[in-house]
Amino acid sequence: MSELNQFNNMCKKSSDELTHDTSQLDEVLKVYKNKPGSMITILQKAQDIYGYLPKDIIRYISQETLIKTPIIYGVATFYTQFRLQPVGEYLILLCKGTACHVNGANEIEQTICDELNIQNGETTEDGIFTLNNVACLGCCSLSPVMMINGETYAKMTPKKARSILRDLRKKSKLNAGKEDQV
Amino acid sequence: MKIIIGQGSCGIAAGADKVTVAIQKELESRNHPLEIELAGCCGTCYLEPIVDVVSDNGQKTTFVSVKPEHIAEILDFAIHQKQPKDAVIMGDNDQASLDKQVRIALRNAGVLNPEKIEDYLANDGYKAIQKCLQEMTPQDVIEDVKISGLRGRGGAGFPTWFKWQAANQQKATPKYIVCNGDEGDPGAFMDRSILEGDPHSVIEGMMIGGYAIGANEGIIYVRAEYPLAIKRLEIALKQAREKGILGKNIFGTGFDFDIWIKAGAGAFVCGEETALIASLEGQRGMPRLKPPFPAQKGYWGKPTNINNVETFANIPWILLSGGSAFAALGTEKSKGTKVFALAGKIQRGGLIEIPMGLTLREVIYDIGGGIQDNKAFKAVQMGGPSGGCIPASLLDTPIDYESITATGAIMGSGGMIVMDETTCMVDMARFFLDFTCKESCGKCVQCRVGTKRMLEILERITNGEGKDGDIELLEDLCQKVKDGSLCALGGTAPNPVLTTLQYFRDEYEAHIYEHRCPAHNCKKLLTYTIKEDLCVGCGACAKKCPSDAISGEPKKVHSIHQELCIQCGTCKTVCTFNAIEAL
Repeated sequence: MSELNQFNNMCKKSSDELTHDTSQLDEVLKVYKNKPGSMITILQKAQDIYGYLPKDIIRYISQETLIKTPIIYGVATFYTQFRLQPVGEYLILLCKGTACHVNGANEIEQTICDELNIQNGETTEDGIFTLNNVACLGCCSLSPVMMINGETYAKMTPKKARSILRDLRKKSKLNAGKEDQV
Repeated sequence: MKIIIGQGSCGIAAGADKVTVAIQKELESRNHPLEIELAGCCGTCYLEPIVDVVSDNGQKTTFVSVKPEHIAEILDFAIHQKQPKDAVIMGDNDQASLDKQVRIALRNAGVLNPEKIEDYLANDGYKAIQKCLQEMTPQDVIEDVKISGLRGRGGAGFPTWFKWQAANQQKATPKYIVCNGDEGDPGAFMDRSILEGDPHSVIEGMMIGGYAIGANEGIIYVRAEYPLAIKRLEIALKQAREKGILGKNIFGTGFDFDIWIKAGAGAFVCGEETALIASLEGQRGMPRLKPPFPAQKGYWGKPTNINNVETFANIPWILLSGGSAFAALGTEKSKGTKVFALAGKIQRGGLIEIPMGLTLREVIYDIGGGIQDNKAFKAVQMGGPSGGCIPASLLDTPIDYESITATGAIMGSGGMIVMDETTCMVDMARFFLDFTCKESCGKCVQCRVGTKRMLEILERITNGEGKDGDIELLEDLCQKVKDGSLCALGGTAPNPVLTTLQYFRDEYEAHIYEHRCPAHNCKKLLTYTIKEDLCVGCGACAKKCPSDAISGEPKKVHSIHQELCIQCGTCKTVCTFNAIEAL
C-alpha cells in the first residue's frame, strides 16, 4: 500500500490532477473494484462514460483498485478498443477486413482521408470526425462497409462515402448555424 | 398470419430497421394489426433485407432485397393475396442454393425469434440438456460426443470429446466451461450469426459441456465489436434464468449451472486459449507455454474447457439425434457439417452450412453462384490470417480438415474469401502480414520482429521496389517465424505468404523483375491515363494532383504527364466520371 502511494506520488504531475466528474464511475467501481479480473470491464465502462480513457481517470482507477497505473496502461494499450485520446462527434470505423479489402476498402479510405483531410486515427480540426480503421465488422457480404456511431453503411463506393460524410457534417451539432459554409 | 423480418447485423446494415419501421407505419395507417417477428440471419446476406410472410397454414413466402417502398405491396400480398409488382420474391436459384445445405449448427438461425425462449423451447429447445441430466452420466455424454466425431470448429479441429474427457478427469474444483466467441479472423462471421440468431443453442451446448466436465460456471467471451450478439445473449440468459433452466437444481436434478458474459476488447491473439484466459482474468491477452493445458490449469488456475461457438451450437443436436446421426454426415475423419462465411468476389455472399467432403467447386459455384461480373476465379482464401490461398487448379479439393491442410491452407473457423483476376496475390499476402504484425502480442521475438520484416519486404515488392533475393529471404523468414513462435498466431502467420509463393510465384516475380502487377492492383506499378470519351474537363483531378502531373483547359479533355506522375491514385478517387484508367 505505501509502496503504491509512493509510486503514484512519484508519477504525479499537476496535469494529471483529477478533473473529470467520477460519480458515474464510482458506481461502476463499487461493483467491480473488489472482483478480481475486472480491469477490462472497468476500462470498458469508463470509456463508455468519458468517450475515451483520460489520464486522470486511469490514475483514479489505480487508486481505487490498488492496481498500479503501468499495469492499467498495459491493458489499455494492448486492446484495440481502448482510446487514450478523445474522439470526434462522429467516429468512423472503416472496416479493413479481408472481404472489404478485396472489394476496395483502400479506395474508400483514400476518399475519406481526402474528404476530411485526416489520416487513420486522427480527428478533424473542427472535432466532427475521427477515422479509425478496424479489422472486421463481420458484415463481409455487404463489403466494403463502414460504421459511424453504431450505424452501418454497406456496399460503399467513393462517391457514396463522400455524400454520407457531407450529410453528417451538415447535421453536426458543432456546425449548427454554419450550414452555408459547407 | 405473421411477418418475419431478418434482423442480424447484416440485415440491419442493409436496412432492415427502416423496413421494420415502414411496416409498422403501414400497418398502423391501415389499422390492420399483424404479428411482426424478428429472426436472425438465415445466411443469404446478399439478399438482405429479407421479409418472410408466413400464412396461417404455415406457407412461407420470402421477399428479398426489400426497400421501404415495397412494403405496401408486401402487405397487399399478405392480406389480400395480391401479386406484387416491384417487390421481389426469392428466386428458384437462391432457394436451390439454400436447399443444397444441411443445417445443424444453423438449424434455428433465421427461423426462430432469438429474443423469445418460447420459440426455442417449442423446437426441442433444452430437451438435450434435460435428457443428459435425467438419463445420462457425464461419461455417457462424452461417449456420445466421441461417436459423433465432432472436432473443434474454431480452427484447429481438435476432437471435442478428448478435451471434455481431459477436463472431466481433473480432480481440482471449481471447473469452468468457456465459450470462445472472440471471432477475430477478418472475413469470418459465423459465430456472430449464431450468437445473434440462436443464442439458446449455444447456452444449451455449454450446459451440456458443463455437465460433462463437472463445471457449474460458464463464461461466454464475445468480441465487443458484436454489440447485437451481446444484447441477444443477455436477453437469452435472463429468460433461461426466469424459466429455471439456468440456476440451482436444474430440472430437479440437483445440477447447478449459470453463465456470464465477458466482452472482449479487441485482440486477435485472444482466440488462443491461454491468451483468452489471461484476458478473462483482466490482463493483457498474451499466450503462455503449454502444458499445463487449460484443462489442467486454466481460469484462475482451475480446470477449464474452451470450445468455439459453433462447436457448442452443434452439441444439443448431437445429444438429441445421437452421435451416430452426426457421424453419418461428412467424411471419414471430418464428420458432420461445417459453417462457412462466403464473401469476397462471390455472387451469393453469406453464411452456408454444408456436410464435410463437398468440394470447393461445389461450394463456390453451386451454392455461391460463382464469381461476380463473370470474371475468372483466381483463388479462395481459407483460414484467415493463419490460412492460405487455394488456386483454381485445386478447386476439386474436398472440404475436410486433412485435404485443406494438404493444400497449405487450413480449415480455420470458416472464412472463405473468394478472389477473382483483379485481386493481386502479393498484395493479399501483404494484407494478412499487416494484420498479424499488428496483432502479434510481442512475446516471441521471431513473431514480433519477423512478421514486421516480412511485411516490409512485401510492402517493398508491392511498391515496385522489390529486389533479387527477396523471395528467398521471405521463405527463410517464414520458416524462422514458424519455428520460433510459441502460439498458433506466429506459427501460422507465414501461411498466407507460403501458399501464395507456392501457387502464385509468377506474380511475385512479375512484381520484382518486370515491375508490373498482373492483377492491375498495386498502385505504384500502374500507369494512369485519362479516357478521352469520359473526361468532361471538370479539373477536379488536376486540382488534387499532388505532383501537378495533370493539365488541360477547362471543359476540355485533360491529360496526365507520365514523367511527373507518382502513381498515388488520387486522380482516380476524385474523378466522379470514372474517366481515369489504371493499367
